[in-house]
Amino acid sequence: MAVEQVDLTKIKPYGDTMNDGMVQLCFTLPVPCEEEAKEAAKRLALKMGLEEPAVTDAKDLGVGYTMFVMYGKCKHTVDYTQIEVPKVDVEIMDKYGVEDFIKENIKRDIVIVGACTGTDAHTVGIDAVMNMKGYAGHYGLERYKGIEAHNLGSQVPNEEFIAKAIELKADVLLVSQIVTQKDVHIQNLTNLVELLEAEGIRDKVVLVCGGPRISHELAKELGYDAGFGTGTYADNIASFAVNEIVDRGLITREW
Amino acid sequence: MQSKLNLDQSVVKRARKSAEKIAVDVQSFVDKHTTAAVERTVARLFEVDGVDEIEIPLPNILVDNIKEGGGLGLGASYWIGNAMIHTGKTPQEIAEMISRGELDITKIPVADEAKIKEVITVLAEKMVKRIAANRKDRENYLETLGEGPRPYLYVIVATGNIYEDVLQAQAAAKQGADIIAVIRTTGQSLLDYVPYGATTEGFGGTYATQENFRIMRKALDESGKEVGRYIRLCNYCSGLCMPEIAAMGAIERLDVMLNDALYGILFRDINIQRTLVDQYFSRIINGFAGVIINTGEDNYLTTADAVEEAHTVLASQFINEQFALKAGLPEEQMGLGHAFEMTPTLKNGFLLELSQAQMAREIFPNAPLKYMPPTKYMTGDIYKGHVQDALFNMVAIMTNQSLQLLGMLTEAIHTPLLQDRALSIENARYVFNNARDISSEIEFKKDGIIQKRAQLVLGEAADMIERIEKEGLFETIAQGKFAGVKRAIDGGKGLDGVAVKHEKYFNPFVELMLGGAK
Repeated sequence: MAVEQVDLTKIKPYGDTMNDGMVQLCFTLPVPCEEEAKEAAKRLALKMGLEEPAVTDAKDLGVGYTMFVMYGKCKHTVDYTQIEVPKVDVEIMDKYGVEDFIKENIKRDIVIVGACTGTDAHTVGIDAVMNMKGYAGHYGLERYKGIEAHNLGSQVPNEEFIAKAIELKADVLLVSQIVTQKDVHIQNLTNLVELLEAEGIRDKVVLVCGGPRISHELAKELGYDAGFGTGTYADNIASFAVNEIVDRGLITREW
Repeated sequence: MQSKLNLDQSVVKRARKSAEKIAVDVQSFVDKHTTAAVERTVARLFEVDGVDEIEIPLPNILVDNIKEGGGLGLGASYWIGNAMIHTGKTPQEIAEMISRGELDITKIPVADEAKIKEVITVLAEKMVKRIAANRKDRENYLETLGEGPRPYLYVIVATGNIYEDVLQAQAAAKQGADIIAVIRTTGQSLLDYVPYGATTEGFGGTYATQENFRIMRKALDESGKEVGRYIRLCNYCSGLCMPEIAAMGAIERLDVMLNDALYGILFRDINIQRTLVDQYFSRIINGFAGVIINTGEDNYLTTADAVEEAHTVLASQFINEQFALKAGLPEEQMGLGHAFEMTPTLKNGFLLELSQAQMAREIFPNAPLKYMPPTKYMTGDIYKGHVQDALFNMVAIMTNQSLQLLGMLTEAIHTPLLQDRALSIENARYVFNNARDISSEIEFKKDGIIQKRAQLVLGEAADMIERIEKEGLFETIAQGKFAGVKRAIDGGKGLDGVAVKHEKYFNPFVELMLGGAK
């Protein structure tokens, strides 16, 4: 056989030959750019499980620190057959599919309230899924027939977010969190769930969070119904939300 | 400069005329009002500083005391001057007395108005001299140390810890940066006070405090001497404390300030009346201090579509220009903002970006334009991101931009690591050096894609400004014509800090500073 087959129980990185383990990496060490620094970088790579580490570039960053570009061959393997990742388990419909679904199964308009909560001022995510225009060819929720979408914008305190949700009788709450420095998003997302529970409305709404550092697994852990990371659009969220409304019997809920 | 875009100058004139009328209209509102932030700024300029035992800044304590006594409309100068005559103490001592509950500033006997003005003017002149001396210091540094060529390489530091910021900033200076901006901690723009002292805890940025300004200024002066090039320091003069930050920056010799007339209204939901009054005084201070302001038009394109809404950027630049002129801020200090934000999948997107960057250059020939890098379509694919940033740098050197906020390959992932910044500086230096004189070597095909794009955007911008002129700025914003965001005249944060000026109101700094350094 000309090419070695993949053994899914023992996968490792591929450079140009099966199981060569080739990894590229880049990091900075707080030591001056000298031969000793390169040696330190190589030893560190060895400890990471990279064999034959090679420093292909070492750059002086100006304050006695050095940046390295390196290659090495990873000696570790992973059993791919044992991997299970929790995912939002729903068939993704496009805008028209969602609109039809609402018409046939929910038979009323649903209300979606979204915001960047807490101190987060970055609306790029919430805008991408909510605003009329949408993102990358996927229309935003504001454009969906059967969805009344309210984008509250940035830096909305959790208390204010909940008050607005109650006022608008929201079916779905969307929380966007972009800033994740020092895990500020975890605290804020947790705080929202606690407040919703205190208000006694956690079970009445579909609660969804999203952001570049958010996974479905993390979201579930924090008490959300779903979490969406990068590469998800309004269709993904809408498909999940309308199914969840039906599955949880929230079509005729009492406020 | 010869136009490469064949722009119809009569359209430019028409747009500018409309913008001027809008500014005149708004100015008549501004002139009748003051705000808590403006008066706290006056207190700071009288050197009231420090905090009480629960960290409330003394300028807030003093101005709150005036406000509670119903005296905000007369202005802090009036009350401070009066209290100085009555107590024989300095403004700082007076603020401390109020803080201890020993003085209620609006409840003491009122002195003769002329006498108050006399006392206050002496004090105001002292501060104005100090700020003028800072400006002179900058000029001396620029003469002796020199500066990097334009486009200046502008990078941010954002560790949350001012001492860590210093390390990163000094490294950036060594790597070739010309301007260091210390990003503020997320949410500071909505604080109705300026925190105090050196700070080491921030999220996504570092608190803007006067002490932090001082620490970074000192560090960059050291770096400047070491690398033989003056390193400019930038911060954020926006939000609810816009003019206070301007004053702090003027006192500590900052060189560049983010300072937009409309940004806080649209993107931070700060009340429109409050922001327009605040921006006026902040720009007077920035103008006098020789600070280059940066306007925030790039932000329109992070929410709205960069192709369809390009004209809103130009319209806002025209309006920002006129507001700045009203505040005595010369063109040479107007870092009008724009951005490279079109989707990378767009066919001929580079041509459209090139066209718009050249258009901004030609319409505002003397302005140190501030060009913002791609952010919206940065994905976490750092390899692609680095190429996007290289194309952005290419447009900048082809169109003679002035302040180049360097794109980071790790945009959308984290605040820049030391190595990210080094790579982005290397990227910019490579492109700028490799194509240094390209702009004087090229012209654009008559009626080609590039010329036509600029003409289209200019036409749309001129029409938009004309509509704003007819409807008024307040009404236009209420209808959501900028960035698709609607803001009511009495909505948003900070409205309770706006007051109508009493007929005896005075603020000596407006007169002393208006019109730049004399």
